[in-house]
Amino acid sequence: MKRAVFLAPLGLLLLLLLAFAMGLGRDPKELPSALVGQPLPAFALDALEPGSAPLASAALAKDGEPKLINVFASWCTSCRAEHGKLVQLAAEGVPIYGIDWKDEPAAGRAYLAERSNPFRAVGSDPSGRAGVELGVTGTPETFLIDGKGVVRMRHAGPIDEQVWQTKLGPMLEQLRAEARA
Amino acid sequence: MKHRLVFAALLLATAAGAVEPGEQLADPALETRARAISTELRCVQCQNQTIDESNAPLARDLRVIVRERLLAGDSDEEVVAFVQARYGDFVLLKPPFSAETAILWIGPFAVLALAGYWLARRPRSAAAAEPQPLTAEDEAQVDAALGHVRKD
Repeated sequence: MKRAVFLAPLGLLLLLLLAFAMGLGRDPKELPSALVGQPLPAFALDALEPGSAPLASAALAKDGEPKLINVFASWCTSCRAEHGKLVQLAAEGVPIYGIDWKDEPAAGRAYLAERSNPFRAVGSDPSGRAGVELGVTGTPETFLIDGKGVVRMRHAGPIDEQVWQTKLGPMLEQLRAEARA
Repeated sequence: MKHRLVFAALLLATAAGAVEPGEQLADPALETRARAISTELRCVQCQNQTIDESNAPLARDLRVIVRERLLAGDSDEEVVAFVQARYGDFVLLKPPFSAETAILWIGPFAVLALAGYWLARRPRSAAAAEPQPLTAEDEAQVDAALGHVRKD
């Protein structure tokens, strides 16, 4: 009995240490999105390229096709890192729409002109208001929208091969299967 | 002397907030409400600051939005709900009570109650117990140990 009383705090300490050790491995930037399971919030952005069609959430939600919405900026270094992957995905037929977030439109245009443009359409969000509607905390950030216009997944941070293979790719496959059904 | 004054001033200084003059509302009552709401909302870029304290661009945007909502006639609760709907419970520096946060809210009180229970049912400490007179056997042992002292 006495023994148990003395060992109990030690056991509690070990439990706490275990909880802290698990916490160490987690990324504090990885926030649960308030948007997953919700319809795509309303926004209507001017096209980054003058003369192109504007990027409106209502149109994105209606066409029945699962798609990615990628939030990027010309000043964002991680976006440069993921750009190649986006170009590759676009070439494979993944529909990607872009939002140039808190950026000078001219800088955003130059950024895309220097690289190949993976986006079907790009909206310009210099004030970041559409980003607030989406709950964007930083670039790059990518949302996966299903055929009914519901946000199904949010990924904060650059997309690389591993993220695509383990997280976004399988989800897109699932959404495509749902859209066909 | 001058150094002491400066030091005293530094001790008295509090966080001034990151609100810039251009962001402030003309109506002092609304501005006070905006400041109060801002100190309850977490900056999602820097995470451990409120949007009132943070210089991050996103914190500035949210401060402006808080003020826009107030100007549009929202109540304090509606403003907070607006931000919460977009960024989730994480932006609330005072987390709401739910199954996920129950341990956070109840945990300290549960530990306190357990400690109280343990203290209450523990036997009284030795110091508080009545001292017992020495038995003859004890006396004999004392004599044996201190024999030479007592003889002197």
